[in-house]
Amino acid sequence: MTALTVPALSLVVLVGVSGSGKSTFAAEHFGPFETLSSDFCRGLVSNDPNDQAATAAAFDVLHHVAATRLDAGLLTVVDATNVQQAARRSLVDLARAHDVLPVAIVLDVPEAVCVERNAARTDRGFGAHVVRRQRDQLRRSLRSLSREGFRTVHVLRGVEEVAAAVIERQPLRSDRRDETGPFDVVGDVHGCRAELEELLGRLGYVVEHDAEGRPVDAVHPEGRRAVFVGDLVDRGPDSPGVLRLVMGMVGAGHALAVPGNHENKLVRALDGRQVQTSHGLAETLAQLEGETPEFRAEVRAFCDGLVAHLVLDGGALVVAHAGLKEAFHNRASGRVRSFALYGETTGETDEFGLPVRYPWAEDYRGRAMVLYGHTPTPVPAWVNNTLCLDTGCVFGGALTALRYPERELVQVPAQQVWYAPAKPFVVPGDAADAGDAADADGAASVGVGARRDPGVLDVTDVLGKRVVETALHGRVSVAAENAAGALEVMSRFAVDPRRLIYLPPTMSPCATAPDGPLLEHPTQAFDAYRADGVAQVVCEEKHMGSRAVVLVCRDADVAASRFGMPPGVTGVVHTRTGRPFFDDARSEALLAVVRAALDATGSWDTLGPDGAATGWVLLDAELMPWSVKAEELLRTQYASVGAAARAALPAAVASLEAAAARGLPVDALLASTRSRLGNAEQFADAYRRYVWPTDGLDGVRLAPFQVLASEAGTFETRDHLWHLGVADALVAADPTGVLTATRRLVVDTGDPASVAAGVTWWEDLTGDGGEGMVVKPLANLTRARKGLVQPGIKVRGREYLRIIYGPDYTEPANLERLRSRHLGRKRSLALREYVLGLEALTRFCAGEPLWRVHEAVFAVLALESEAVDPRL
Amino acid sequence: MLLELTTETDDASDLGFLLHKHPARVQAFEQSVGVAHVFYPEADERRCTVALLLEVDPVALVRGKGRGSRDSAFSLAEYVNDRPYAASSMLAVALGRVFRSAMAGRCEARPELPGREWPLEVRVPAVPCRGGVEAAVRLFEPLGWTVRATPVPLDPQVPAWGDSRYVDLHLTGTMRVADALSHLYVLLPTLDVAKHYWVGTDEVDKLVRAGEGWLARHPAREEIARRYLANRRVLADSAVARLAEVDDVLPDADDDSVAEELPEDVPTADGDAGRDGTATPDGAPSRDEQASPGGAPSPDELATPDDSVTPDDPAATHDVEPGPEPTRAPLARLRVDAVVEQLRAVGARSVVDLGCGEGVLLRALLREKGVERVLGVDVSHRALELAARRLHLDTLPERLRARVELAQSSITYTDARVAGFDAAVLMEVVEHVDPPRLGALEHAVFGAASPATVVVTTPNAEHNVRYPTLAAGSMRHHDHRFEWTRAELAAWAHATAGRYGYGVELLPVGEDDPDVGPPTQMAVFRRAEEAAR
Repeated sequence: MTALTVPALSLVVLVGVSGSGKSTFAAEHFGPFETLSSDFCRGLVSNDPNDQAATAAAFDVLHHVAATRLDAGLLTVVDATNVQQAARRSLVDLARAHDVLPVAIVLDVPEAVCVERNAARTDRGFGAHVVRRQRDQLRRSLRSLSREGFRTVHVLRGVEEVAAAVIERQPLRSDRRDETGPFDVVGDVHGCRAELEELLGRLGYVVEHDAEGRPVDAVHPEGRRAVFVGDLVDRGPDSPGVLRLVMGMVGAGHALAVPGNHENKLVRALDGRQVQTSHGLAETLAQLEGETPEFRAEVRAFCDGLVAHLVLDGGALVVAHAGLKEAFHNRASGRVRSFALYGETTGETDEFGLPVRYPWAEDYRGRAMVLYGHTPTPVPAWVNNTLCLDTGCVFGGALTALRYPERELVQVPAQQVWYAPAKPFVVPGDAADAGDAADADGAASVGVGARRDPGVLDVTDVLGKRVVETALHGRVSVAAENAAGALEVMSRFAVDPRRLIYLPPTMSPCATAPDGPLLEHPTQAFDAYRADGVAQVVCEEKHMGSRAVVLVCRDADVAASRFGMPPGVTGVVHTRTGRPFFDDARSEALLAVVRAALDATGSWDTLGPDGAATGWVLLDAELMPWSVKAEELLRTQYASVGAAARAALPAAVASLEAAAARGLPVDALLASTRSRLGNAEQFADAYRRYVWPTDGLDGVRLAPFQVLASEAGTFETRDHLWHLGVADALVAADPTGVLTATRRLVVDTGDPASVAAGVTWWEDLTGDGGEGMVVKPLANLTRARKGLVQPGIKVRGREYLRIIYGPDYTEPANLERLRSRHLGRKRSLALREYVLGLEALTRFCAGEPLWRVHEAVFAVLALESEAVDPRL
Repeated sequence: MLLELTTETDDASDLGFLLHKHPARVQAFEQSVGVAHVFYPEADERRCTVALLLEVDPVALVRGKGRGSRDSAFSLAEYVNDRPYAASSMLAVALGRVFRSAMAGRCEARPELPGREWPLEVRVPAVPCRGGVEAAVRLFEPLGWTVRATPVPLDPQVPAWGDSRYVDLHLTGTMRVADALSHLYVLLPTLDVAKHYWVGTDEVDKLVRAGEGWLARHPAREEIARRYLANRRVLADSAVARLAEVDDVLPDADDDSVAEELPEDVPTADGDAGRDGTATPDGAPSRDEQASPGGAPSPDELATPDDSVTPDDPAATHDVEPGPEPTRAPLARLRVDAVVEQLRAVGARSVVDLGCGEGVLLRALLREKGVERVLGVDVSHRALELAARRLHLDTLPERLRARVELAQSSITYTDARVAGFDAAVLMEVVEHVDPPRLGALEHAVFGAASPATVVVTTPNAEHNVRYPTLAAGSMRHHDHRFEWTRAELAAWAHATAGRYGYGVELLPVGEDDPDVGPPTQMAVFRRAEEAAR
């Protein structure tokens, strides 16, 4: 039995003449979709698997399918004779283009067997001469296969060997997904042995020494392991010492390592090749002169044996010296290795003569965290879930490690400038902060300051048909045309995406009242929640204003560092579609009111993460009056209707009265026209409740009713009385009168008396022209058997609905026609937007990159542009 | 909505014969939007008044459109609007139907009546009248009417809001009834500038027919034609309009992606008050639409002779419509010329027009021999649709078509599709970007796309004082987030150029006023190594 090893992701090229048993072999050893057969592809394009005239088209199809599969990371087998070098070359090129290893398996079966097999097949008319020609080509090929670029060549000679072969799939060397950590990932050491020892000590490792007192291993009592991002050597004072320690740790299983470009060059130097010894290699070679030949041989073997990148922890963590774009994760090719060692350059050089690096991290959209070094940076900064850990220790910066999965930075400062950089390495003023943060246990939280997204968003983050994965509700799709509509609104009217971490969902009204003088009645809302098994609901007054999302920072520092706000801006007050409500001055005045209330109530602490204060709070609120935002609409649309009615209807009534006086039969028309006049007056009364003058903050009211998020995370599982309690405290602590309370009533849906009280409460609210109420599950986020229940159901008052359905909607004949409303899409939309909003907040609070947050926020806006009856 | 027609004369009740409506009866006529009632509040030998009361059914108004009640998706404005009350095109249509033979001047029973001139009074209590009382006077007086129009307050309880767009209209004059009806039929919708139905090409014929005998001599005939045919854009189906509505913003107010810019209007406001009628919010003409008679060259110029536009090409029909006068200032054209000249000077063979709108520049670039590839990018899907129409993309010859692409994108996002061009143009675009987002724009354009040349044009705020109708301190367009002085543009341009490795040159566009500079200013950025070559 012959075990043939094949990389788990590879392009396997079967080579053998017609009748050598390739298809049988493929069927036996590979999955039915893994094998692409040229005969099958000929059939696809010509209806005849033996039509040689279709060969070119068939191979087009085969290459296309193979390319698609390799893109998806799937092993693929090509079942064709492949006895001609040109055919194989195109497959090798295909494998390289997808950064997978090409493998050849040759089925070298005696010609007689093949001829006999072909003869036995009725569908194939190959004569012996064809087989003979192919045999000749195969024989010539055998000598050159490995030179053609195949990384592995298996040759099975004879029928028995073919029959006995088994395939053994071998994980790529980079594939260490089974290693789940926890890890401490260490940046570029560059021979700074003392700093490395200190750092390992801070990380909790116990350094072990050999008889000569040289560090040779470091062990973490909790079994943590170090991962070195490469560039252990060069420039620094003790590259051999670093190597001895790291080699010991790796050898003992206490560390993993990837090579850096400096290790790569060192290997070539140790092999005696001509290399430039600039950039610190000369120092290393000199230091190694003091070591034994055996040690140098070990060093060479160690560095040469390192795999250019590692995929760890189930694929959630990727470590490569210069970083690695997603398409290269767990791939193997020359360019993957080159990217991992050197990064990608634009081909340009900067004013110091150094290559300009292509900012791959800005484009990075992968789910895996990528940790790397290579480019010294004064302060580590997260960019789209990637982090560079090279903080220029050898240039006098610091040696940095990241605790994984904790995302905590641990740093030790360089003892001195060991090597002068080619380009000034600026140690910024806030390096002192980093030092302070890294005190006590040596851990600097990756919080404020360290998490600076570049704010770079790409249209591909939002355009086209998209699917957003949500933790609460699975996949939510966004249609391409909705995304297109949202792009314009987001680009032209919304606040900066870095500050737009949430958009509120739309809300469904209750089911339509089946009869009576109302379109909406609380009974239907209570019934709906009772049917969903929600025992307790809270009825909240629906304020007569506009939905406002208020992001308030404790101070300008937090605003700048966490949200990239410019000086003088400490928060945002935005609408349902992300537009700012006010200019900066008025916005800041309102934020100052909210901030003062948060100060006075100590809410920064109580809303913060365990035992710490939060630097920002996001509140869900209603801002009044409606005319602050919608005065133009009120004037142009609503008031105009009133004005036209007021002008036309009294004249019509007078005209009809004159006709009636003449004895003409106009009674019915006169009655309905008078009724319309009354309706128009009530309509005007209804919109006027939303209008009052404001000046600065005078006249402005803000009613917060929910805490959406803070540095501690999101609050959707706190019950609504908790939320309203926070709001009440803010209102009580506000001396300006701007903050306004939200009236509420808890209703037990199973208790008829309680339900009746709820109905009465709503009647009182709306009897005075109030807008109505929102009924929510008291417990807040609630799941029923069928899934999430509606987070809120609105029950709007009779007079408010007049400005939605028109002045005459209450006429009985109109009311009956209006009762057929279809709420299904509105309800579905409300739920989808709700989970997207929470997803955005969750992502933001988890420190995910901007594009991930923006993706979910943008999806809410896109869904809002879906065509749904706007009166609902 | 109500219209009353009164005559005070001997045998006044003969009016009933002429109108074919008996003064002693109340008659109802079914209309698509409701019921038109005709009755006589007074009818004796001395004085006779006929009333036309159109009772609009607001629910049917929406449902009758056949789009069904299921999850209908139009704008709220379709449910709550002034149509049931205001005298507009619906009333005109009812008038034309109910009094069809009178309007045609026919009366078989009393053939002498149509030719008689009657002392007439007309009252329409709620006429939506864009341009206010003056517009009503301007349109009716030349026809022999004495006009008394009283503005209707928007809301007596909110006096600060002032007057509404309605007037209570009284007309008195002596003329044939057929003429009076014809005047009302044409001029009521004209005053409104908002039609309840889509304006098709047959509207021209309709107007000519209805205005036979008087329209041709009317001094404001151009204005009447323009207003009558004003094509109120139907936006309800656009996602952008829906989102505007979600936020209680007037959809039209946001949809200025293709709106005319004020500077073209202001200096030429030569008493053509009719231009008010085409201003935003809802009459905003598109940049090119109104310019076709004499402004920018017609897209046909692009086409080779064998590619002539077929008559039924909808894009071609606007040319036959009596559009607004070619009052457009040459500034827009100067700007295009200036940009093209710069692109020519640097030898750009491929150009991306960021914020291309309806494609004015794209069209110019397609005529440039040296430009092989043009990409027009806009954030507004609607603008791109119009650009495709203006450029006749679907009928361009293949080799010309292959040179131009359109794509939706946003300049505050990076986009690989806009990279790889010799030059990028931001013509009158930056001032539409909120200042805090300029950083994102700079990164996307200068950092990510990074073409060798970037041409930016923007208004020169100092020049605004030269526009007498522009209120001091206000900007040229309601969507402008800022307008820079020359020093401000220079500061921004130099800072941006420095950050991204470009050199920059600042140039005037339009006449360079010695005191306040040119109306438009231009910054031409060249990537440092290109400039060095």
